[in-house]
Amino acid sequence: MAQSTLTDTGDSLTQPDGLQGIAADWSSDQRAFKNVPWGKAMMWIFLLSDTFIFSCFLLSYMTVRMSTKVPWPDPSEIFALEILGQRLPLILIAIMTFVLISSSGTMVLAVNYGYRHHRVKTAFFLLVTAALGATFVGMQAFEWTKLIVEEGVRPWANPYGAPQFGSTFFMITGFHGTHVSIGVIFLVIIARKVWRGDFDNNRRGFFTSRKSHYEAVEIMGLYWHFVDLVWVFIFAFFYLW
Amino acid sequence: MEHTEGQQHPIGIYLKIWGWLFVLSTASYLVDYFNVEGYPRWALILLFMMLKAGLIVAVFMHMVWERLALVYAILVPPVLVLVFVGIAVFEADYTFLTRLMFFQEGS
Repeated sequence: MAQSTLTDTGDSLTQPDGLQGIAADWSSDQRAFKNVPWGKAMMWIFLLSDTFIFSCFLLSYMTVRMSTKVPWPDPSEIFALEILGQRLPLILIAIMTFVLISSSGTMVLAVNYGYRHHRVKTAFFLLVTAALGATFVGMQAFEWTKLIVEEGVRPWANPYGAPQFGSTFFMITGFHGTHVSIGVIFLVIIARKVWRGDFDNNRRGFFTSRKSHYEAVEIMGLYWHFVDLVWVFIFAFFYLW
Repeated sequence: MEHTEGQQHPIGIYLKIWGWLFVLSTASYLVDYFNVEGYPRWALILLFMMLKAGLIVAVFMHMVWERLALVYAILVPPVLVLVFVGIAVFEADYTFLTRLMFFQEGS
């Protein structure tokens, strides 16, 4: 009995769509989220809560930026780099954005090959995703070092203008970087499981002792895409504004 | 026992969306590169941002293929953040005005 509840999604019943479907799913007195494994539903709910955390950070950034009399520093200038003798505005952040989007693409390929049970390809693309994520974190470390050591930006002061720039910058990009770092660690763990064949022979997880399925790759993917999603908003609101 | 069917879709869809994400990112970078200012800047940045976010959530995170019970449970609550934005804008404007009136210099 305990086993059948894990993955039995009740497909035998016909499920209505549209508004009727919502009413039927939520009122069924069993589980609201049909067709999705519990881990996926829980990941979505976690991501929802994380959305609120990042929303609060971006909102407080908006509030301090709107309410200060001192001119806000121009991110376009601060994050410019000299490449081949040419000064390009915001180029570092643009490259970081492309790295993250590339990693989203390789992640989606990993999920796709996972469901096709291509063990080696899935593990390969997971590792590529992890490598791109690590590259992103490395570039962020470079960016922070440059700002802190060379230009003297601090959470309470900076040479360009409004002091609130430093605090919001370190808070928002730091929290996002932490998410990327945790994601990289989890990608490596999942890649190892895929490589070892855990999802092909339903080996039980060391912590949950539930059988492993390739859905774990998709759940990992949800987290990773969310990290990319948050970056889309940070890129727009913090760097481009 | 056979488990759920999962989210299996042709790879072509993902590659197409991936391409669009690159195009949109380049476009939003070009907004900064060509120094578009004022309302056009706001409009373009927000447009590219929403398109990118929408594509990622809809296709990469499979929201278009999920049942509405899940889609609504996840996507409706963040909309309420807009109310919070409204409150914060109101408050920030007030703070700014008081600073204009009472502060000589500084933050």
